[in-house]
Amino acid sequence: MSRVAQPNLGQVLSGLLQALLGWAPVRAAQGRLKDWGVTGRMAVTAVPYLWLLVFFLVPFFIVLKISFSSVEIAMPPFAPLIQWANDKVMLIRLNLGNYQFLWEDALYSSALLNSLKMAGVSTIMALLVGYPMAYGIARSSREWRNILLMLVMLPFWTSFLLRVYAWIGLLGINSPINQMLLALGLINEPVSLLQTDWAVYIGIVYSYLPFMVLPLYTAIEKLDGTLLEAAADLGCRPTRTFFSITLPLTKEGIVAGCMLVFIPATGEFVIPALLGGPDSLMIGRVLWEEFFNNRDWPVASAVAILLLLLLVGPIMLYQRAQQAAGGAHR
Amino acid sequence: MANTRPDEKLKPWQDPQAVPYVRIERVTKRFGDFVAVNQVSLDIYQGEAFCLLGASGCGKTTLLRMLAGFEDPSEGRLFIDGQDMTGIPPYERPVNMMFQSYALFPHMSVEDNVAFGLKQDGVPKAERQERVSEMLKLVALDGYGKRRPQQLSGGQRQRVALARSLVKRPKLLLLDEPLGALDKKLRENTQFELINLQEKLGVTFVIVTHDQEEAMTLASRIGVMNHGRILQTGTPSDIYEYPTSKYVADFIGSVNMFEGRLVEDEPDYVRIESPELGGTVYVDHGVSSAPDAKVWVAVRPEKVRLDRERPDQPDNAFGGTVKEIAYLGDVSRYLVALDSGKLVRVTQPNTDRRDDRVTWEERVWVSWSPGANVVVTQ
Repeated sequence: MSRVAQPNLGQVLSGLLQALLGWAPVRAAQGRLKDWGVTGRMAVTAVPYLWLLVFFLVPFFIVLKISFSSVEIAMPPFAPLIQWANDKVMLIRLNLGNYQFLWEDALYSSALLNSLKMAGVSTIMALLVGYPMAYGIARSSREWRNILLMLVMLPFWTSFLLRVYAWIGLLGINSPINQMLLALGLINEPVSLLQTDWAVYIGIVYSYLPFMVLPLYTAIEKLDGTLLEAAADLGCRPTRTFFSITLPLTKEGIVAGCMLVFIPATGEFVIPALLGGPDSLMIGRVLWEEFFNNRDWPVASAVAILLLLLLVGPIMLYQRAQQAAGGAHR
Repeated sequence: MANTRPDEKLKPWQDPQAVPYVRIERVTKRFGDFVAVNQVSLDIYQGEAFCLLGASGCGKTTLLRMLAGFEDPSEGRLFIDGQDMTGIPPYERPVNMMFQSYALFPHMSVEDNVAFGLKQDGVPKAERQERVSEMLKLVALDGYGKRRPQQLSGGQRQRVALARSLVKRPKLLLLDEPLGALDKKLRENTQFELINLQEKLGVTFVIVTHDQEEAMTLASRIGVMNHGRILQTGTPSDIYEYPTSKYVADFIGSVNMFEGRLVEDEPDYVRIESPELGGTVYVDHGVSSAPDAKVWVAVRPEKVRLDRERPDQPDNAFGGTVKEIAYLGDVSRYLVALDSGKLVRVTQPNTDRRDDRVTWEERVWVSWSPGANVVVTQ
């Protein structure tokens, strides 16, 4: 059988790159950049920084700016921060009222506290469900492992909104679950979890479980099995081994999983809106209402900034823990 | 070597009255279709340092793991101190193991690692501290208690692992390639430390290793394993001087092996004709083998003499040419091509600073005494 060697895409691209780098103007520009202290390595690392600058830092400053302005019936519906009087004098009108308003109106602080509570409870629930799952996957045979991981990620292939919507049917009065429980005689009349905090917990745990399972799986899979054998050899029973060896050595995975669930769950909007009741007010929903219903962009922006500041705290703690762990393991 | 130690007159394995501390009874372990350990029976006595020696994949580690309780035998039974170990989990067995990777807990200090086993037994804190510091002193690591395993060198980690496995004062210690991760110099020192410790504490050691030199140094007895079976059990010198099979002769040390056929089979001597050698070999002991059967003559390189003149002996002398010389300082190794074409390895000690040693392409005679060779039939 004769086969003509066909260059693959990677080879073609690297060939093109080589040709491009050899081109005289490119080389000249490269030399110039080098004179300024810019090297190829810097150019490569600059890409993610550039991305963050354009798509995170710039929008952040825009939101920050809006949060300091005041409402106006205009397009866009807020007063500009900087105005020119007589085209000569620059006027900066910094409005701190939005933040004061958030502070004074109990609605926002209670919504924020409620969000933290809801996110915290669902994170713990996700951890309790996710850890055994991740452990089971990490300890299963190689063929099974991939299938199980695939099953964990499978829900991502359908729309998030659709999946949350499906829970309305599962939690309502006429749900198949209720009918089954009735038929079994476990309950006398149908119960609805819809519009309760429990529905929101279920929704969050269900939606964010993969974010908990995957880092946990990575941590547990990395755990050296001989350490568990060593513990057993030294007279440690399996349950104690779990708490004194397995749990502390998978701490990084636990922290990562909890962060990945807690942070988005705090600002979650769709799940409380679809499954939660009127009393399970979460900050995401408040933000939505300010933005779309009240068209109060400045207050909505202030809420967003506040939420961000609140979440930066745990993120920084997490980073520090990671660094400390990295230092200890070296 | 280990057999020169001042032991009692009768070695426990020679004493029919002695009760073995570990008894392995026709143990087989299968993983799917693969037979890792095949019908192994073995008795190990109190105070021994028993070495399971073999190439990787020979089943030695599986056998050790069955003693520790990490694997269950597919067939057969294990007894430790007279107690049947079937169904007893590792955490209830009176043994401790030193792992090849050391398996130190990375999130605990050296002290906590060593104290871990005592904590499981509910030893009170004061006694725990005392025993841990005593153990760390024994392995020359006092002052390192607060460090993390990652902050120690390989040799130090090895000693922490040893301290951790000895702190519970086990009667039986299992060691999986205990010195495998150390460099050569450190290994040699540690070998003697390990043996001193073993004698001092009176612990029975079962050591798994693929390094024959390590086995020779550490062991009171060696069990050579291949394909899940124990081929030969004996003291290091038994194994080296009287191998019972080609595999053992070849695995332990270096050996010249000549294929041949029995032509004279008497109770006190045999004569073997070997076309490979281009002559006959005289052996001063009887061989139990079918007449005319294929046999092999094994001669160690250091037992072969090298002369320019034909030595004054009727048998076991063959002419050849020097092909290779490796000068190693203490000894020189020669590769001699016999007239039949067979290559013979010869090791000669460099006892004086002669300049007239044989050289490349020189005509020489290789010879050995009738008691220097061993005949193996399988």
